[in-house]
Amino acid sequence: MPVLIAHTISEATEILAENPDATILNGGTDLMVEVNFNHRHPSSVLLLRNVPQLREWSIDSSQQTITIGAGVPYAAMETGAIAAAVPALAQAARTVGSPQIRAAGTMGGNLGTCSPAGDTLPVLSALEATIHLSSQDGERIVPFGEFMVGPKKNSRLQHEIITAVTLPITGRRQGYSKVGVRNAMVISVASACFAVVDDTPRLAMGSVGPTILRAVKAEKFLTEATTNLNIISDEIAREFGQIASTEARPIDDHRSTAQYRAHAIKVLASRLAVRGTAS
Amino acid sequence: MSSVKTKRDVLGTSSLRPDGGAKVKGDFAFTSDLHAENMLWGATLRSPHPHARIISIDTTAAWKIAGVECVVTADDVPGQLTYGLISSDQPVFAKDVVRYMGEPIAAVAADHPETCRRALAAITVVYEVLPVLFDPELAIGDDFEPIHPEGNLIRQQRIVHGDTSVVGDVIVEGHYVIGMQDQAFLGTESALALPDADGQGVEVFVATQWLHEDQKQMAACLNLPTERVRLVLGGVGGAFGAREDISLQVHTALLALRTSRPVKMQYGREESFFGHVHRHPATVWMRHHATNEGKIVKIEARFVFDGGAYASTSAAVLINGVTHTQGPYKCPVAVVDGYAVRTNNPPCGAMRGFGVVQACFAHEGQMDKLAAAVGTDPVSIRLMNAMETGDLLITGQPVESVAPVARLIRETNEIPLPPDLAMDANELELPGGSGITAERKHIKRGIGWGVSIKNIMYSEGFDDYSTARCTLSDGKVVLKFATSEVGQGFVTLAPQIARSVLGVTDAVCDTIDTQIGSAGSTSASRQTWMSGGAVDGACRLVRERLFEVVGAQHNIEPIRFAIEDDEIVDTAGTFRMSVIEASQGITISETFEHHHRPTEELDENGQGNCHVAFAFVAHRAVVDVDPELGLVKVVQIATAQDVGQVLNPLSVLGQIEGGIAQGLGLAVMEEIIVQEGRVRNPSFTDYLLPTALDAPVVVARMIEEYEQQAPLGAKGVGEPPCISVTPAIVAAIRDAIGKDIDRCPVRPQDICL
Amino acid sequence: MSTNEFYSLKVNGVDHHVSDAWIGESLLYVLRERLGLPGSKGACEQGECGSCTVFIDGAAVCSCLVMAASAVESEIATVEGLNADGTLTDVQEAFVTEGAVQCGFCTPGLVMAVHHLLDENDSPSELEVKEALSGNICRCTGYGRIFAAVDKVVAVRKGALS
Repeated sequence: MPVLIAHTISEATEILAENPDATILNGGTDLMVEVNFNHRHPSSVLLLRNVPQLREWSIDSSQQTITIGAGVPYAAMETGAIAAAVPALAQAARTVGSPQIRAAGTMGGNLGTCSPAGDTLPVLSALEATIHLSSQDGERIVPFGEFMVGPKKNSRLQHEIITAVTLPITGRRQGYSKVGVRNAMVISVASACFAVVDDTPRLAMGSVGPTILRAVKAEKFLTEATTNLNIISDEIAREFGQIASTEARPIDDHRSTAQYRAHAIKVLASRLAVRGTAS
Repeated sequence: MSSVKTKRDVLGTSSLRPDGGAKVKGDFAFTSDLHAENMLWGATLRSPHPHARIISIDTTAAWKIAGVECVVTADDVPGQLTYGLISSDQPVFAKDVVRYMGEPIAAVAADHPETCRRALAAITVVYEVLPVLFDPELAIGDDFEPIHPEGNLIRQQRIVHGDTSVVGDVIVEGHYVIGMQDQAFLGTESALALPDADGQGVEVFVATQWLHEDQKQMAACLNLPTERVRLVLGGVGGAFGAREDISLQVHTALLALRTSRPVKMQYGREESFFGHVHRHPATVWMRHHATNEGKIVKIEARFVFDGGAYASTSAAVLINGVTHTQGPYKCPVAVVDGYAVRTNNPPCGAMRGFGVVQACFAHEGQMDKLAAAVGTDPVSIRLMNAMETGDLLITGQPVESVAPVARLIRETNEIPLPPDLAMDANELELPGGSGITAERKHIKRGIGWGVSIKNIMYSEGFDDYSTARCTLSDGKVVLKFATSEVGQGFVTLAPQIARSVLGVTDAVCDTIDTQIGSAGSTSASRQTWMSGGAVDGACRLVRERLFEVVGAQHNIEPIRFAIEDDEIVDTAGTFRMSVIEASQGITISETFEHHHRPTEELDENGQGNCHVAFAFVAHRAVVDVDPELGLVKVVQIATAQDVGQVLNPLSVLGQIEGGIAQGLGLAVMEEIIVQEGRVRNPSFTDYLLPTALDAPVVVARMIEEYEQQAPLGAKGVGEPPCISVTPAIVAAIRDAIGKDIDRCPVRPQDICL
Repeated sequence: MSTNEFYSLKVNGVDHHVSDAWIGESLLYVLRERLGLPGSKGACEQGECGSCTVFIDGAAVCSCLVMAASAVESEIATVEGLNADGTLTDVQEAFVTEGAVQCGFCTPGLVMAVHHLLDENDSPSELEVKEALSGNICRCTGYGRIFAAVDKVVAVRKGALS
C-alpha cells in the first residue's frame, strides 16, 4: 500500500497507467479529511506535490491568457502576478479555508474534488477556463463547463491527471463574493463570480446547485439592458440579481436554507454587477 | 524566562502560569499525549439511531480481527449498569434500547486506532427503529410513551412569589429560543487506564472537571472499592462544563481491566460531539408587567429545557434558569413554570452559564421591549430596575452578596464607543470579511445591552466543599488538592495564596489526583472561592503552627506574630525572622476543608435560600450588520464585571475575554443542528467557532468590591462574561436593522428574510 | 518514482524511520504516536483548528491533512524544533508573559503560526495579524491576549533592531 511519488508529469501519468486505482494526492486538504473521518480508505496514492512543473504558472501575452499549474497553492494566487492577471481568482483563493489550508491546497485539488462549494470554481466558470488533462495518451483540454458534470463529479478519466488551468486575462472588471456564517475560515453558503469577458457579462454561482451554475438569463438581460458595462444603474443591478436568483437551484441543508441561498445570490449578483464601476 | 525576581507573586499580582513554559513548547502532557508500555487503543461503537430497540449484538467477527484484544458490551459491566451526576439513569452501554444518536453500545481494545475502526465496523447490531421523541413540548404531558423508565419529565419547578393578582400598566411579552451550544473544548475526551497487577484496581489518567465524582461513579460501575479506582488529572484541554459528566472513563477502565493492559481512549472531534453533553436548547416565554415609568411589578414566565435522552444535570440547570428569571433587577411578584424534559435528542448538561444563559437571553430581550414600550432607552430601564444588595429574589432569598448592578451599567456606559466604520474600511473590517460581500455603504451599526446575575457555587442544599493540604518545609510550600485545572488558572492562584499567607516565594502544586479529599467540580465559577478557600485555610493553619514553633523558640506569644512580606515579625516587638530561616529543618503540614454556608432546597412554590452567592456583569455590544445579507461583525464589547477582589488581573482578563468570545459564538454562529434527533453538523467545518477575525475589541473594567462572604474576597469570574454578552449582541443586531429577533444564534436568514 | 511502505521523515533536521505504517496515517499521527513528538495537537482532524500546525518546506500547514508517507522528500519543522536548546523563543515567552495561554491546547499551533507570520512580515497590521491567525482556533482566551503577545514580540524585535 504505497505512496507513489512522481517528479515529472510523464512519470505521474506512467504511474497512473500502471496503478489505475491510485488516489491522486496533491495538497491533501480534501483527501485527508475523508481519510481521517473514515470515509475513504485509499489502497495506493499517487503524490503530485513533488512535480515542479505542476507548481509553475505562465502568462501568454499574445493570447492574453494565464496558465496556472494544478499544483500551485491558493496562497500563491492571493497576491502578485496571478492576482494582477485574474483578480477574481485571487479574491476566491483568499476565501479558501485557513492560511494553513491555502498554503497546502491547490486548484488541482479544487477541480479534482469538484464540490459545488469549491471556492475557485465559480471563477473558472465565469471566465470559461479550460482544464488541461494529461495521460499516457497525451493532453486533453476541456472547457470548465464540460469538466464539472455534477456534485463531486468531473469528466477526468481515471488515467488522467489535471495538470493546469488556462484563464483569459480580460483586463476588464471582475469580482468574486462568498457568503459564509463566519468572518474567516468558512465553507461557502453561496458564492458568485462576475466578470466582463469579450464585452459581455458573465455570472457564475457556487453552492446553489449540483454544479457551478451560469446565470445565462441574467447575463442576457444585462447585455441587453446596458450599452456600457461600466455604467450600471442600481435598478438594472437589482433586476440582474433578481433574475440570477431565479436561476439558482439551491437546497436546504445544515449550512443554510434554499430560500436564503437564493436571496444571497440576488444580493451578491446585484452588488457584483456594480462593484468597481463608478456608480 | 527572566530569573531576576523583583517581587513575589502574591495575591493581586498578575502571577504567570507555572505550566506556561511547558505549554508554549509543546512539552505539557495533555491526557491525549500520554503513553504506556504495551498500550492498547480503545474505541466506542455508537448508535446510528436516535431511538431504537436493540434486537441483537454480534461481536464475533470483531473478536477475530488480528490485533483486537477485547470487545465489551453491557453484559461485561461488572457493577452498576448506569451512571449519572444527579440521577443514575444513563447506561454504561445501551443494552435493550438506544435513546440518542451516538449512544455507546460496545467498546473495543486493539493495537492501533485503525484496527479499532475495523473492529467497530465488524460488530453487527440489529435495531428495531422506534418513534423519535424530538419535540420537548411532547415530553411534558402524557402525549408520548415514556422513552425511559424514569419518565419523560426530568423535573418541573414552579415559582410563585408575591401578590400574583398585580397587573402592570404596561405589559410586554416575548417568546425566545436558545439553540444548542457545544462547549467545543479543543482537547477532546481522553483517558489512559493502567490496570493494577492483581486485576483488582485501576489507575486512570483522565481529563475531567471533578476527579472524585468520576471516581465514585466509575467504582460503582466497575464494582471496585472506591480506593482501588485511583484517578490522576491528565492535562486538560479546556472543559467549559463538558467534562463534568462521565464519557469514556468507565469504558477505558473496563477495557484495561479486561485485557490486563494499559488502554488509551481518545475521541476524535466528530465523536466528541456525541460523547459529551451540550448546553440545553430552550424555549422561554416571558411576560413583564411594569409601571408606566418602567418599574417591573411582575414577571410571568415559562421555561422548557430540552435535556435530551439522559438526565445529567438537567434538574439543576432548570433551577438555575427559573430562579434567574428576573435577571439583575428588582421584581416583587413572579409566576414561573419550568420544565426539564427527556427527549431522544443529544443529552444536555453543564455548560458555562448553566441555565442562566437561557434565562438571561429572555429577560434582556424583555428589558429592551419594556424600554421601547415606556419610551425610554436600554440603559435607563436597566438602571431604574437595578438590583441592590439586600433585595429579595423571586425565591424569597435576600441578595447578601455585593450587588453593584447600577455601577456596572454606568461604568460600562462610560467606556467610549468605537470610532465609526471608516468610509474606506478594509474588507476584513466589514461583515463577510474576506468574502467581500459588501461595501461600506451597505453596513449599518447597532448598539445593544445585556446585564446579568449569576449564582456561584452549587445550590439547593448541596455541600460542594473543597479540600487542600499545605506542606511547609525549608521555606518551600507544596500544595496538594484535587482541583481540576482545566485552563482557568487555579495552579497559578494557589501558589499566590500560599505566598501571601506564608511569606514564602517557592510554592508549587503537587500532582492533582484522588490521593486527597474532593475539591468538588471546576464549574459554577466556584474554584477560586471554594478551593481558594481551602488552600487559604490550609496555609493559615500552617502559619499558626509555624508561629507556635517560632514563638516557643524565641519565647514570644505566637499571637503577636504576623507575616510581613517574607518575614515573621513580632507586631509588639522588634523580632524579625525570614520564613525561610524559620522553617529550616522542619515540616509542617495541614489539611483544610472549606465549606460554604449551607443552602436550602426550594419548596413547591419555588421559595427558599437555594443559592450561595451571586456575581453580576454588564455588557454593551457594538455590531456592524449587513442587513441585506444578514451577516454580522461584532465590533466592540464594553463590559464592567463585578469580581469582588481581583486576585490575578491577567487571569481575570483572560476569563472575561474568553467568556465573551463564547457568548459571541452563541449569539451569531454556534449551534448544534438536530433534526428529529439526528445531529447534522458534528465537525468544526460545520459547527463554527469564533476565529481571530470574529473576535471583537474588548474593553473591560473590573469592578472591585470586597465580597465579605468569600474567603479571599473574590467572586468567581468564569461564567458571568459569557452570559449577558449574547443578548447584548442580539440586541445590537435588532438595533441595527430595526427588526425583532427572538432566537440565538442569529442566522443570516433571521436578519434578512 | 519512489515508494515508501517503509519510509523516513526529516523532522527538525533529524531523519526518523517509520515502518509498518498504515498509508492513511496523517503526519500528525506519525509525529505524535510514532516519532515521540506530541507537541503538535489534534483537535479537529480536518484543518479547521490549526492546533497541528507545522512547517513543511517553510510553509505553515496543518499536519493532520498531510499524509505522512507523502512527506518523505520534505523538511518538516515542529514546535519541538523551534528552540533546540530548551529555552523559550521570543514568541513563546510573550505568550507566557502576556497571558495568551490558558488550557494551552491551541498554543503550540498558534506559536508556530505566529512565528511564520513574523518571519514573513516583521510589522504586520492588526488586520494582517488577525487574518494570519484566523486558521487557529482558541476556545479559552477570546484571542485578546494572543494579539497582545504578537504586539509584544513585534515591539521587542523592533527595539532590538533599532
